[in-house]
Amino acid sequence: MAEPRRKPNLVKTKVPMPAQDPQVRIKNFDEVALGYTPEQAVEEARRCLRCKEPRCVQGCPVNVKIPEFIMLIEEGKFLEAYYKILETNNLPAICGRVCPQENQCEKHCLRGEKGEPVAIGRLERFAADYAASCGEPRHEPTNPAPPKGKVAVVGSGPAGLTCAADLAKMGYQVTVFEAFHTPGGVLVYGIPEFRLPKRVVQREIDNLKKLGVEIQTNMVIGKILSVDELFSEGYDAIFIGTGAGLPQFLRIPGENLNGVFSANEFLTRINLMRAYRFPEYDTPIKIGRRVAVIGGGNVAMDAARCALRLGAAKVYIVYRRSEEEMPARREEIHHAREEGVEFKLLTNPVRILGDDNGWVKGLECVTMELGEPDASGRRRPVPKPGSEHCLEVETVIIAIGTTPNPLIANTTPGLELTKFGGIVVDEATGQTSRPGIFAGGDSVTGAATVILAMGAGKRAAKAIDAYLAARR
Amino acid sequence: MRFLLEDLPAALKGNPPNVGGIFTTLYGGGIVAVNRIVKKKVLAPAVKLIEVENHLIAKKAQPGQFVILRVHEKGERIPLTISDYDREKGTVTIIFQEVGKTTTLLGRLEEGDRILDLVGPLGKPTHLEGLQRVVVVGGGLGTALVFSQVKELHRRGTKVDCIIGARNKDLIILEEEIKPYCANLYIATDDGSKGHKGFVTDVLKRLLDEGNRYDRAIAVGPLIMMKVVSNLTRQYGLPTVVSMNPIMVDGTGMCGCCRLTVGGQTKFACVDGPEFDGHLVDFDEVIKRTAMYREEEKTAMELLQRSLKEGV
Repeated sequence: MAEPRRKPNLVKTKVPMPAQDPQVRIKNFDEVALGYTPEQAVEEARRCLRCKEPRCVQGCPVNVKIPEFIMLIEEGKFLEAYYKILETNNLPAICGRVCPQENQCEKHCLRGEKGEPVAIGRLERFAADYAASCGEPRHEPTNPAPPKGKVAVVGSGPAGLTCAADLAKMGYQVTVFEAFHTPGGVLVYGIPEFRLPKRVVQREIDNLKKLGVEIQTNMVIGKILSVDELFSEGYDAIFIGTGAGLPQFLRIPGENLNGVFSANEFLTRINLMRAYRFPEYDTPIKIGRRVAVIGGGNVAMDAARCALRLGAAKVYIVYRRSEEEMPARREEIHHAREEGVEFKLLTNPVRILGDDNGWVKGLECVTMELGEPDASGRRRPVPKPGSEHCLEVETVIIAIGTTPNPLIANTTPGLELTKFGGIVVDEATGQTSRPGIFAGGDSVTGAATVILAMGAGKRAAKAIDAYLAARR
Repeated sequence: MRFLLEDLPAALKGNPPNVGGIFTTLYGGGIVAVNRIVKKKVLAPAVKLIEVENHLIAKKAQPGQFVILRVHEKGERIPLTISDYDREKGTVTIIFQEVGKTTTLLGRLEEGDRILDLVGPLGKPTHLEGLQRVVVVGGGLGTALVFSQVKELHRRGTKVDCIIGARNKDLIILEEEIKPYCANLYIATDDGSKGHKGFVTDVLKRLLDEGNRYDRAIAVGPLIMMKVVSNLTRQYGLPTVVSMNPIMVDGTGMCGCCRLTVGGQTKFACVDGPEFDGHLVDFDEVIKRTAMYREEEKTAMELLQRSLKEGV
């Protein structure tokens, strides 16, 4: 592209993201990161070097046309930039907010070698939010032909939504089945409002409906209808994107005391049921003055930051390894710390202590040391003898991970599973051990990221199209 | 604060039925009203029966299972046992007591109104195979919850002795409805206004002492009643099934809010239950966990009553 006079912005750091002040934001559930202004977006877009062979695109599970959309932003063609992203990504407003860009596109950015990479995620979010502010003029479905076939998508999280959108665009009639009363899966029950406003999710769901996708809520597949019954109702193929909804507990004494929550319960009450607005909303939540969140992932950070916003005076993250091994995104750890969350690292809970009425009054822990690397490649923590100590807390939130919900597996004969309960699939296609049944996202991999689930949904949509085309 | 009661009629009355897609394909293209209350009956003060149209749930429901419902846009999700179902009519019957905000609002819905969200059937069905003779104990609202089981046992040729109890005779429900399915029906009231004066467990103990042999006891009612029944039947070596109704959110095993200890192991009432071996349940823990949101439940009720008084 001959553009001799273009001089990229050579500032080594990203244009800073405007954000709510930590002292203010811990008192509300509004979004923390406020988003770029058009001027800031253009300035950041100018940092892109427009590499001939862009490595960022390979780092993206859905291969967003990154240099192209960034160029359009630089030229002030914000809506066109949004359409460019939409060519491969159905949920840009969501991905721009919750993708771990530092491990994906931005990790490969040339600018990252001497300074910070281009803020690809922030620019993606900017383009999507700009489009929304213009009333989201979106390409109308251009396929008046009779549907190529009927596909059922089970689960309306990122995998299901992506698969449904791609299939609808290809000309299939798609029904999405959701167990909750609101679609969105982990995007609505798991990720808090201050990281991903629910209106953003709703916007993407509305866009999906505009594509002709039908969404049936309150439908627990495996209970009200089995996967096989969906076939007999005329669906030609089925995609299972039911996520990893089964919470893990620690199996330590005191876990059933009042005041102990799984992160799933805690976050669902807050995010889906809006318990932070009780009694305006009917679902309550209990929060102690002091709270311990056990775990070191993004979910643990979300729970800790929610606890602060509910009014807890002291919130601890209790994690048995060191910060280096923490699976949470750096940005999330940074935000949590900024808001006053205290990190108890190399600390392992052994017992939850209760009072006479069955309420939590403390968490007994031991200090850990890092030993030899374990199977995960991370150094295995081992307890330090005589290091028992007690954290005085009234609430304990367990955020040590989730495994796939067995509801579908138990009611679908012939569906092969891994030993942790994940559905066995061909990685390239999402094809399960049963013809016509495809799966992807956390129900296959166990708890992972939004964008990986979207990538799996996309691959499965392509494979479903190929499968049905071969049958036609 | 005013509640959104003003929104309630708009949200639920005269709404177009939730139709299309799966429903039209399942029912030959005909329009199927979903979650519409087709019948309502007051069984006792604050105890109401509603029959709700939902063909898919009615087709799948089995004794022992439950639904989760929500009555308005800012509402809570609560579990309620399916008391009966009619596969032909496509309806499920729910009997509930107005104890909190959601059940009070539910009780204000009339025939023709719609329940906003209804999910089910959830939980494992009761195993009723191979039983010759069973004693069923229903305390208070528990009678409504054992009704479908008694009916099903009778259909299978099992001989059922049934003991139903309540504080007084006005609170005894479903006596006439359940009678035809029982070999013997006994009644107990705390104040003696009907049947035996005292507890259902007194009657049960008498039956056991008189040498009646049963394959199983099924007890559904207040936690304390199920605990006392289980303690009694343990002494007689009589296997006992109880039905748990703890606090739930999703009802599909996702949140773990409904967990309880059964035989030293943590179980989720929503997916592992709701029925468990009464001899293994840690009732004291369940009783404590049920009290978790008592304060909030009170607040919500007080605010509701105030806004109802304001004549919304």
